[in-house]
Amino acid sequence: MAKTLFDKVWDAHVVRRIKNGPDVLFIDRHMIHEVTSPVAFLGLKKRKVSVLYPKRTFATADHNTPTKNQHLPVTDPESKNQLEALEKNANEHGISYWGLGHKKNGIVHVVGPEYGITQPGATIVCGDSHTSTHGAFGAIAFGIGTSEVEMVLATQCIMQPKPKKMRITIDGKLNNGVTPKDVALFIISKLTTSGATGYFVEYHGEVFRELSMEGRMTVCNLSIEMGARGGMIAPDSKTFEYIKDREFTPKGEDLLKTKEYWSTLFTDKGAKFDKEFFFKGSEIDPMITFGTNPGMGISITKSIPKARDVDNGKLTYIKSLDYMGYKEGESMLGKPIDYVFIGSCTNGRIEDFRAFASIVSGHKRSKNVTAWLVPGSHKVMEAIKNEGLLEIFKDAEFELREPGCSACLAMNDDKIPAGKYAVSTSNRNFEGRQGPGARTLLASPLVAAAAAITGKITDPRSLI
Amino acid sequence: MSYESFKVLKSSAVPLPIENVDTDQIIPARFLKATERKGFGENLFRDWRFTQDNRIKNDFVLNNPIYSGKILVGGNNFGSGSSREHAAWAIYDYGFRCVVSSFFADIFKNNCLNIGVLPVEVSRSFLNHIFEAIYNDTKTELKIDLPNQLISMCDSKLSENFEINSYKKENMINGYDDIDYLYNMKLDIEQFESKSPL
Repeated sequence: MAKTLFDKVWDAHVVRRIKNGPDVLFIDRHMIHEVTSPVAFLGLKKRKVSVLYPKRTFATADHNTPTKNQHLPVTDPESKNQLEALEKNANEHGISYWGLGHKKNGIVHVVGPEYGITQPGATIVCGDSHTSTHGAFGAIAFGIGTSEVEMVLATQCIMQPKPKKMRITIDGKLNNGVTPKDVALFIISKLTTSGATGYFVEYHGEVFRELSMEGRMTVCNLSIEMGARGGMIAPDSKTFEYIKDREFTPKGEDLLKTKEYWSTLFTDKGAKFDKEFFFKGSEIDPMITFGTNPGMGISITKSIPKARDVDNGKLTYIKSLDYMGYKEGESMLGKPIDYVFIGSCTNGRIEDFRAFASIVSGHKRSKNVTAWLVPGSHKVMEAIKNEGLLEIFKDAEFELREPGCSACLAMNDDKIPAGKYAVSTSNRNFEGRQGPGARTLLASPLVAAAAAITGKITDPRSLI
Repeated sequence: MSYESFKVLKSSAVPLPIENVDTDQIIPARFLKATERKGFGENLFRDWRFTQDNRIKNDFVLNNPIYSGKILVGGNNFGSGSSREHAAWAIYDYGFRCVVSSFFADIFKNNCLNIGVLPVEVSRSFLNHIFEAIYNDTKTELKIDLPNQLISMCDSKLSENFEINSYKKENMINGYDDIDYLYNMKLDIEQFESKSPL
């Protein structure tokens, strides 16, 4: 029978099928961080069990780490406590640990691919919903709760009902100034924030084939924002080129065995999906969000939709606009902004900083704008320096910070103040996400750069 | 390791007819810094319950003493966003044992089932009936009958069946968790692992 890519990877990992229940799914690679793992380790302790396969779990500190002066002790006692707990738990159980200041440290979904932890056809989980990022390599990757983190540590398996299958096909070419972030925000605006709940998404078509691996990561990262557990793209020569020779990529005989498996990783002709969507690349413009969920996005040149035209979330649409301080029918272009944040597991990779630099080069940061440039990892930070981007940023009066999740979820000191507007390359514009009362506008690195130098929402195509 | 078992729950309910309630609203990220599972109820819906200088917001339903009970009734697409189990912990710790909505986000639903909070998915029309009934009489009781997969409004006799897979249902009724099950199949897992290509 013709199978989808998702079927193939899922079925290859089922240890047992429970009748009228979930599948027991074997997990190849597990990533943990300081926030969602401590209670899982406490659970192991209570049960008096150890980690079954410590080499399959990787720990990095990212969620609450400071992005300034990382060489100094962490001052917030609660964050410090969590970071110490992660280090202690990793050491006790023989798990590799890339803590604050370690040269491999960074956001879990940035370092996973960088070091080859992320592999095609693998099952990958982490106690973080943006684990969907790793689907860019043709892996089944999804976020889990802490009880499930404990399950994976103890048994290397989790119990999941198999999700339904959705295919999103986008053919044609992307317009100038349209980035992978815009593609994702466009899809979410069409499907809404719950449109793919219960599904695992496969992205097909020329647009995704043409994207770089980093672009694919941005798209897959945002799959969760339409409710999908994950999204994946079939591996191709770009994928294999990217993973070649990375630290945790299989080598020698292991590689031969793996290659045989990798050669099967595509959706068979005629394979059936439960739901399909088709779009054209040419339909997509640079996007921006105006509300309090990632589905509330529009082309940057459009006006905020009227409540009467809204299908999903009608009841709370006006509440959402009130929070943002916006009104129906207003144009987004020209709206003043106070902060710009570039970073996160969505857009904190080197290509994102290159895009940002391409706009700000030769300009100056608007005096009204506070900008936080936070690389996704030390490796990204090094590349920014080595490629001369740091000079461009300095000349344009931007300051580069140290790696971490930072203002994406504002667990550290990087909080947008109440009432302020932030154009953010991150993934969520929920109320208070970037700090209590903060107002987030999600957008691409190009839109963020245009806002940073003009102090207002600006179509980046006017600056390219 | 077990949690409190869930069979039949009869209780008044707290209405929260807001759609797309995300986990950042259920518990904001700045309250995720504990290394133990305790005290999360205090910060349930923190920024809706309290102003930034910690004054009580009287217009929020959890601050209105006429509404109470072990059941939280939420709007469509409840629990979207982050995978933080802390959201489910906060709901449990506050005293809720069941969340009713017309649609749940996946990870949130799994997290609830894993800690003994029952997510009950009903039709949009039934959800509206529940909201109406509670607004008419704040003491309106709902009965959640897990063995029969039935939710009913005690006064009006209106009821509806809800879905749950039989494995999870047994777990909830008996208070078992998945690790108990997985630990019993360790040999199968070890065999599987030895053949894994990755």
